[in-house]
Amino acid sequence: MQLTQSSVGRKIIMAVTGFVLVAFVCVHLLGNSSVFIGANAINAYAQKLHSLGPFVWVFRLVMLAAFAIHIIFGIQLTLENRAATPDRNVQIKRLKTGFGAETMIVSGLVMLAFVIYHLLHFTVRVTNPEIYVPLGDHGMVDVYVMIVNGFHSALPVIVYLVGMSFLFLHVSHGFQSLFQTIGLSNDKSLPVMETISKLVGVVLLVGYISIPLLVVFGLIKI
Amino acid sequence: MKLKLHVWRQNGPKDQGIMETYEVPNVSPDQSFLEMLDDVNLALAKDGRDVIAFDHDCREGICGMCSQVINGVPHGGQERTTVCQLHMREFKDGDEIFVEPWKARAFPVIKDLVVDRGALEKIMQAGGYTSCHTGGVADGNALPIGKEIADYSMDAAECIGCGACVASCPNSSAMLYTSAKVAQLAVLPQGQVEAHRRVMAMTETAKEQGFGNCTNHYECQAACPKGINVKFIAKLNREYMKALFK
Repeated sequence: MQLTQSSVGRKIIMAVTGFVLVAFVCVHLLGNSSVFIGANAINAYAQKLHSLGPFVWVFRLVMLAAFAIHIIFGIQLTLENRAATPDRNVQIKRLKTGFGAETMIVSGLVMLAFVIYHLLHFTVRVTNPEIYVPLGDHGMVDVYVMIVNGFHSALPVIVYLVGMSFLFLHVSHGFQSLFQTIGLSNDKSLPVMETISKLVGVVLLVGYISIPLLVVFGLIKI
Repeated sequence: MKLKLHVWRQNGPKDQGIMETYEVPNVSPDQSFLEMLDDVNLALAKDGRDVIAFDHDCREGICGMCSQVINGVPHGGQERTTVCQLHMREFKDGDEIFVEPWKARAFPVIKDLVVDRGALEKIMQAGGYTSCHTGGVADGNALPIGKEIADYSMDAAECIGCGACVASCPNSSAMLYTSAKVAQLAVLPQGQVEAHRRVMAMTETAKEQGFGNCTNHYECQAACPKGINVKFIAKLNREYMKALFK
């Protein structure tokens, strides 16, 4: 009750689910980067994941729960915060906060839209069914070919560029924010964490967009 | 020097409110901001017009009564300075200055620049005290407190409760205020008795009073005339978790 209804309790829930999500995007990037090594590497990585069987679904459910909780409380807290300031000053000059921090709800909702598109694109295989070719006889898909084909049209490339830019905005505020929320910050560590937070955002942005860009520029090809 | 003032005029909490413009001649750079407003009010009174209502008390920067958003920043944006200690030498001839009240649902406007900050007192009443019996005045050094702890507590106790943290916060959150009140007691032995109840009651009351939730913008620390650090919010979060899992 206290945890899910109070101001600080929900903030802690946002931090913990946020940590799960940011840890996921880091590991996901690490896994994806096997595409830089070559077709065999990323296909072996995909096969390894599939061989985990039911654990894949346990993992997916945990991620779905963290994602849903993060979104629901994020929207609820944002609405409460808007209601706490019904009318604003004519002149407002911000001294410390940044664009990323002020647009968390926007970047968050863009991320939600992006994740839906991303799943339809590469997981549920709805948007571009033509990009899939089978690999072997076990119902596996050639992931390397899927990635290269997946970024042959302009729309997905643009969606990924925009989506990852908003991920950068969201993480550059959110990462340091979570440490403050779970009480792991002090006056010495906070400025350092703010810099690290932006760095994490940049690494994720560069890492993720490099895959569609390298396909566009023909450096990752079949 | 000559200034153009845009001042928020509002006749009570239900009134819409509007910015009114005043030309102010003969402003001395040695005047404080409040003295300049006193002059404006004298001129208004002379013309038989309604004077601008604003809060003030000590005019020494320690009471926490003055509460004006000047050019978009609570207390005017000079580091560690309350409005009463802000001087007109910070402005230059011909400047346009916007003067507005704190704006938050928890701070209804009483009139013009005066808001009701009773909501902060409600947070204080919920747990900003110790109720253990301390007996008579203790002998000096009978209860030794380390220098670092004493300094930490005093840094939190520097809060004058003006509400600039709320006024500067995009969410109108009172978390910096609440955290200072929690932290100043949390590190002292006298504060241990009610530590768990205190953090719960004070944060809950802040919510009930209509303040928003903290999302770590850190605007509060930048606007605070006493430089209260957001490390106290991290401390409050730790105290909250201790209380939650006790």
